Amino acid sequence: MTTQTPLLEMKDVKISFTSSTGVVEAVRGIDMTIYPGQSVAIVGESGSGKSTAAMSILGLLPGTGKVTGGQILFNGEDITGLNDKEMQKYRGSEIGLVPQDPMSNLNPVWRVGTQVAESLRANNVVKGSAVGDRVAELLEEAGLPDAQRRARQYPHEYSGGMRQRALIAIGLAARPKLLIADEPTSALDVTVQKRILDHLEGLTEELGTAVLFITHDLGLAAERAEHLVVMHRGRIVESGPSLQILRDPQHPYTRRLVKAAPSLASARIQSALAAGVESTELVAHGREGKQEEVIRVENLTKIFGENKAVDDVSFTVRKGTTLALVGESGSGKSTVANMVLNLLDPTSGKVFYKGTDLSTLSNKELFDMRRKMQVVFQNPYGSLDPMFSIYRCIEEPLALHGVGSRKEREARVAELLDMVAMPRSAMRRFPNELSGGQRQRIAIARALALRPEVLVLDEAVSALDVLVQNQIIRLLAELQEELDLSYLFITHDLAVVRQTADDIVVMKQGAIVEQGTSDEVFADPKEEYTRDLINSVPGLNIELGTGENLGLVE
Amino acid sequence: MPDINRNVANPAGEDDILAESKLQLRPGQDHYIAETDETGLGAVDAVADESAPSSMWGEAWRNLRRRPLFWVSALLILVAVLMSLFPQLFTSIDPRACTLSNSLADPQPGHPFGFDRQGCDIYARTIYGARASVAVGILTTALVVLIGTAIGALAGFFGGILDTLLSRLTDIFFAIPLVLAAIVVMQMFKDYRTILTVVLVLGLFGWTNIARITRGAVMSVKNEEYVTAARALGASRMKILSSHIMPNAAAPIIVYATVALGTFIVAEATLSFLGIGLPPTIVSWGGDISAAQASLRTKPMVLFYPAMALALTVLSFIMLGDVVRDALDPKARKR
Repeated sequence: MTTQTPLLEMKDVKISFTSSTGVVEAVRGIDMTIYPGQSVAIVGESGSGKSTAAMSILGLLPGTGKVTGGQILFNGEDITGLNDKEMQKYRGSEIGLVPQDPMSNLNPVWRVGTQVAESLRANNVVKGSAVGDRVAELLEEAGLPDAQRRARQYPHEYSGGMRQRALIAIGLAARPKLLIADEPTSALDVTVQKRILDHLEGLTEELGTAVLFITHDLGLAAERAEHLVVMHRGRIVESGPSLQILRDPQHPYTRRLVKAAPSLASARIQSALAAGVESTELVAHGREGKQEEVIRVENLTKIFGENKAVDDVSFTVRKGTTLALVGESGSGKSTVANMVLNLLDPTSGKVFYKGTDLSTLSNKELFDMRRKMQVVFQNPYGSLDPMFSIYRCIEEPLALHGVGSRKEREARVAELLDMVAMPRSAMRRFPNELSGGQRQRIAIARALALRPEVLVLDEAVSALDVLVQNQIIRLLAELQEELDLSYLFITHDLAVVRQTADDIVVMKQGAIVEQGTSDEVFADPKEEYTRDLINSVPGLNIELGTGENLGLVE
Repeated sequence: MPDINRNVANPAGEDDILAESKLQLRPGQDHYIAETDETGLGAVDAVADESAPSSMWGEAWRNLRRRPLFWVSALLILVAVLMSLFPQLFTSIDPRACTLSNSLADPQPGHPFGFDRQGCDIYARTIYGARASVAVGILTTALVVLIGTAIGALAGFFGGILDTLLSRLTDIFFAIPLVLAAIVVMQMFKDYRTILTVVLVLGLFGWTNIARITRGAVMSVKNEEYVTAARALGASRMKILSSHIMPNAAAPIIVYATVALGTFIVAEATLSFLGIGLPPTIVSWGGDISAAQASLRTKPMVLFYPAMALALTVLSFIMLGDVVRDALDPKARKR
């Protein structure tokens, strides 16, 4: 047994924020231990206090946040409530930080090299002319090729992944003993995410740096950390060895989380399929018989200026099933969706709805056609007009298409709210009063108002917390069953696809790379790119069993 | 520290997993499970049903209601409006009934502010002067909002050639100083100077800021997903503009209009002061300030009262604009 002294110990730490309405306890007594060179992950949903807990280690609590109780020991020294000046000797040199959003955490008016140099100078690591060389070394070490030239570039010349690498270089510049990585790759594409995390893992292992991951993704946490801390409402509900928690969660909340996480669910589905047992987690199931075509896209191409955004794309959505259009950012998947919805004219190619070519329709016919195809967008905060009451939001499509009398419309809105499991009293509320998941349910109700046959779900569950996401996925599946809906599911998240889709179309740079049924594509991906995508889903390759112990197998 | 630790005595299979992963537990990292009742495990994403529903306007009103500055400015504005509508409520003296023998006389019972050079009652003139200022302020603002939002909304919403044309037109008008342009044009209307001509002239040159603000607001709202969602439903462009875009773009327009109201009152007073605004037959603060100049050194109070009334009215509109902005845009609120 490796007996070492802990690098970091948090003992019954409590953190509060003071607002005009009173004192809010964000962290309510947590204990955590990190050993040198070890990787630990704090997992939780938004608002669980995970970031607050991590930031308190650096003494960087936002606004009125204050540690009101407990102790934070770093290398045996009490660093609780040190003032800014005393804290400075720990920041950077002892404890590094890789912040969450690579887009906003680099100063756009400074060269990247200057920003790396800043962290070297602030911690007196190297002086004078040696700084320039060291900066290039660090950037190279973080995985940026041609580092000398890159150091002279500005952040806007970097892609998201490169910026995150630069931030890692900054975080590790002074060789801290502990690196706090706050959702380090949430804003990045999965393949980039995997490459960066692999690199970070190798780097910190080599340097012997301990890493504290803050993440909402259980799969990622399990894959990257040996010790897992699950937080909920400012408390730790369960902590222990990662694998043990994922395979056999004990606390009801952890069980819920482990059941809901799409990446873990996908891993269990794969195991269940291999073992030949039926998993209740596979939402898309037993629909091989449905062959009736509802949407057919033929040789769709869209050119924006010089740029071919969509290149000769063809696929068919079968009635009553889900087709997932998968791709990373810039793959053209949303452009395809907009063309299917007739919000964008294709440069060439056709969209057929039940055999009718949409481009041959008159304006009036097109207007009627819109009733059959509805859309739910990604951002639950942007897709509902903040000035409209929930009633008006759901009623708008009915009113626009002149459906029913006022009385009938009111009854229909109530019925739709029931369908998405929202109380009828929500009618009089406004979008700003609802949570993201609730708004998404309203957006679904609104999309269903005109009894469409096809729903385009444009990253409709991507912005939601795991439990809420799972709830919406289940809701969509129930509605699909009940109303014989067909879904065109646009997403970058392969884990969700494994659960929900019957067919998969993988896109890269505007063109289709591979298509097939969900089972085929996951079991035997034909293309290198598809394999990369599947392997990049965090946690998908962890052996988790079929989920029998969670009651997920029939 | 309260003992919420409960080390699980080997739940099923724990040893196997440990052995398999070749991990050994270190002090402080053993498997810990909180008591279930410690955290409360509500339904996922339950709808909070206690509080009363609130729209953005409702929120703004609740915010305004709590601010003393709002009540102070609202009260001052109310008084100014009452003065302009029913001056008889405040005084029974005719501001135009002047006796030269009272010229520059000191305050006396029934005449609290004293008399001006022409022997008119200053108190009565200050009360009656409100009408010109408030009328010019409100009517000009209404006109400016009408022209500005129409031009700004069309430019912002349709874009392209129309935007280029309207934006250049706005730039041309923007380049002309308001008061300078008003001086030139008012010279041409020397014989028909009424409140209405002043309003028309100020409105003609004062709409550019509103147009710019509206254009910006419309352009940012235009790209919101709920607008795309409405398009996907088949809503017409005019319908989208009127029911989705304008209500969401209204907040900055309202804020600017409230502040602008104050500046138009000042512009009217400036023109009247220069002798090219309202004719002397209409009682106005600007005209009275102009007339009082002559006796500034001997009787400063003659100038003080109309100037004070003007300043208070303008200040109250600007303060109102300030609190309304804070209420409509919580992000701009001072911490």
